[in-house]
Amino acid sequence: MTVVTVNGGNGAKTAAPARAAALNIIGLSKLDYKGLESTLCNGCGHDSISAQIITACYELGLKPENIVKFSGIGCSSKSPAYFLSRSFGFNALHGRMPSVAQGALIANHKLLGLGVSGDGDTGSIGIGQFLHVIRRNLRMVYIIENNGVYGLTKGQFSATSDLGQELKHAGVNEFPPLDLCHLAISAGCGFVARSFAGDPKQVTELIKAAFSHRGTAVLDIISPCVTFNNREDSTKSYSWGKTHDERVNDFGFVMYQEAITVEYDPGEVKEVELFDGSKILLKKLDGSHDPTDKQAALRLLTEAHDKQLFITGLIYVNSDRPSLAEVFHLGDTPLAALQEDKLRPSRESLETIMAAMA
Amino acid sequence: MLLKDLTPTHPAQEQQATEPQPVPTHGRAIVNDFSIMVATKNGSGSQTANLALLRALFKMGIPVSGKNLFPSNIQGRPTWYTIRLNKDGYVARRDTNEIVIALNPESALEDHASVIPGGVFIYADDIKMPLERKDIHYYAIPVRDIARAHEADPKLRTYVANMVYVGALVYLLGIEISEIEAALKFHFKGKQKPVESNMRVVRASVAWCAEHLVKTDPYRVERMDKTKGLIMIDGNTAAALGAIYGGVTFAAWYPITPATSLADALYEYLPKLRIDPETKRPTYAIVQAEDELAALGMVLGAGWAGARAMTSTSGPGISLMTEFTGLGYFAEIPAVIWDIQRMGPATGLPTRTSQGDILKVYYLGHGDAKHPVLLPGSPAECFEFGWRAFDLAERLQTPVFVLSDLDLGMNQWMSEPFKYPDQPMDRGKVLTEEQVNATRGFARYKDVDGDGIPWRTLPGNQSPYAAYFTRGSGHNERANLSERPDDWENNMLRLQRKFETARAMMPRPVVELDPEAEVAIVGFGSTTPAIQEARDMLRKAGVPTSYLRVRALPMNDEVTMFLAAHQRIYVVEMNTDAQLAQLLKLHDPQDAAKIRSANKCDGLPLTARWISEAIQYQEAYHKA
Repeated sequence: MTVVTVNGGNGAKTAAPARAAALNIIGLSKLDYKGLESTLCNGCGHDSISAQIITACYELGLKPENIVKFSGIGCSSKSPAYFLSRSFGFNALHGRMPSVAQGALIANHKLLGLGVSGDGDTGSIGIGQFLHVIRRNLRMVYIIENNGVYGLTKGQFSATSDLGQELKHAGVNEFPPLDLCHLAISAGCGFVARSFAGDPKQVTELIKAAFSHRGTAVLDIISPCVTFNNREDSTKSYSWGKTHDERVNDFGFVMYQEAITVEYDPGEVKEVELFDGSKILLKKLDGSHDPTDKQAALRLLTEAHDKQLFITGLIYVNSDRPSLAEVFHLGDTPLAALQEDKLRPSRESLETIMAAMA
Repeated sequence: MLLKDLTPTHPAQEQQATEPQPVPTHGRAIVNDFSIMVATKNGSGSQTANLALLRALFKMGIPVSGKNLFPSNIQGRPTWYTIRLNKDGYVARRDTNEIVIALNPESALEDHASVIPGGVFIYADDIKMPLERKDIHYYAIPVRDIARAHEADPKLRTYVANMVYVGALVYLLGIEISEIEAALKFHFKGKQKPVESNMRVVRASVAWCAEHLVKTDPYRVERMDKTKGLIMIDGNTAAALGAIYGGVTFAAWYPITPATSLADALYEYLPKLRIDPETKRPTYAIVQAEDELAALGMVLGAGWAGARAMTSTSGPGISLMTEFTGLGYFAEIPAVIWDIQRMGPATGLPTRTSQGDILKVYYLGHGDAKHPVLLPGSPAECFEFGWRAFDLAERLQTPVFVLSDLDLGMNQWMSEPFKYPDQPMDRGKVLTEEQVNATRGFARYKDVDGDGIPWRTLPGNQSPYAAYFTRGSGHNERANLSERPDDWENNMLRLQRKFETARAMMPRPVVELDPEAEVAIVGFGSTTPAIQEARDMLRKAGVPTSYLRVRALPMNDEVTMFLAAHQRIYVVEMNTDAQLAQLLKLHDPQDAAKIRSANKCDGLPLTARWISEAIQYQEAYHKA
């Protein structure tokens, strides 16, 4: 299967000559988006996702200083050190990344939030905060690097481990996995996608589109753990992903500043407008999933879960719900930037209150 | 007997009618110096009546306090409200009451037995119980009949029935009915209809009493001028106002008694005080979090991003905030955490007061951790520490606790009007974009100034050198992950230096020295009025005392000097483990042998009498 060739976001690639290709639309090179050297295992899916985060931010031309990174605890949550060194980052507590992100992104709602979590961090210890941040629709990209195993503590089951999965010390998993995409939609999420770390192009396009979403955008990315869960029969392994990955739709992302330059037949492509005016162009194929249909999305996930199908793509998109910052009617100046003149009510106002209590 | 219209079917009353009069008062009136206890059922709406009484007495110029002793229940369980009025200004709770009003059959026997000799028992006439005491005054009131006759709406009848006892007290004590009406207007914020329906019952009750009762007891009130210029407020509202004048921009909280009313007050006053007049947008955000873990997580996220962020909770919530508090200490993030203390672990006694969290919050966290703690002793201090806490948190870049309790937080206290903050906000050491660009090699955790407090940058700072990675992992001065032993140790030693900086910045203790005193009392928080009254009792009993009220942790050398200057030091606190006494012994081990405890923890605010007797008892033992 091929991704629609309508290329999203990569203005530099299409518009600029070869020598200047090293700079994006805001004049930064890809190096400006890099992080420290990874300390994860060689071949870890998470490193591939880090690379796609760098590519997506670079191609979108986001200013690193305007992005804030959040993570919880675990292998996945270490990874924000390995990309966007010029962005502030907060490596929080196990399962508690969403609450920290909520505080920070309400204090400064002009920043773009990028959260990275794992299946244990989100699905096990952090399932409550995961659902509640979605429910409040905090504007952020929420990436779950899902490998179905605890890596940093050396191989225990997580809430997304396969039923019957075997681990050296933990034995056989007796409990069915949670489907984090299905839960996200139930909690009111308006941007839900699943992808595979072994499919960098799809990951990149999804991350780009996720940054344009109005609220919480959840990307459940299957990201193989080469050390503890990469057996061929694991649904979170590279070989499984490569042989079973079934795309439910093909799409391209077009940033809001860009004109759609590629001609296409409206009968073949469906346009989905995102909150900031960016567009997703979906190729209409036979049996292709329509991500604007919530019931279809839930059916698709339920069926895939029951049959252990490895589906990837944009599963659900809907920009109707206001973000948390919109609900709070926040003004143009971030709360964190307000100073005493705006924050301390007048002496007279206190006198009035005191008089009323006398 | 006291009633003109005895109910012939009530044997107790019949018997009393033939008995001699109760304790004679020799015509002496007891004016503005007694306590009233109202016993009702929870959820029956008695709070309106009690607050109206309290406010009317307050507006008559009489020093007064009200304590709500309520059960953990929505409706039906016994609940008590005590009002103490005292012409000399003593407003601590008393454990005896001269006037008891019994509206709840379930507790009536016990309520009846609790009336002190010479006291008064006012009861709903449909409560069937033996009334055989000869040493008290009885007044039976047809509460239900009066309410039924004057309130047509059966739904409202239960509520306005409480106004019957208000009317009885108006008649018996001489409370000015115009002040009751003014208090109801205050309570209902000027809504005419409920004021009228309540006043109708009050007037009917007064009229019934005038026709049917003969006053035989000596208690009455008289207008004074001792509350002039004062306000009446609860500590939680004071705390919320303090936070608002301190510029709170972000609050996250989770419902828990007795802290909820603090968040309620934020919701009430923020929209009135903190809408930007130019943009019409709020300069704040409040989130009711999914639990206390998330509440503090949000607060730390907001504080890290540069907002003035706070949460309010009680003991069980503090437990859930432990891990984030440790992170806040180690990652050096400003936060303000109000702990409105209640009783016990888990549910404990959630509607009763205690000072049992002081040790826990001081050291909350894992590994090494310790935190600045503010200890307000009055609503005015709740207000002051409400704004000051943000200055301390941002200056010190660390979570700051404020420890109040249910008594201070939820009960109505007389107070001086609050003083407007006398200092501009201290936003601490924050580098701007230009400063970062000029500072070659910004290092988040470097002790540049020697006070242990590093400089920080805020997310959104546009300098490419401003960002750092905040983490709970071991880190070096540049906030990079480090497992080097020397990096860990140096960082912790710097945090200790920072804590010494904090010590010098915390509010100083209040010290009242008596040059004749060998004995000293140390206390904190809501016990202040009881301790002050106890000191007067002790002085009369020949035990003059000095007093130190701790207002913050860590303590400073004023505490050390105070302990050194006295022979025996009694630490008054409402917990079983004598927690402040433990901290004092750690602070001044050389004087540890002098430190004794007068601690009690039964869920009720301490009384002056108990404190005085506990100290006198130990003093007698000492002399023997």
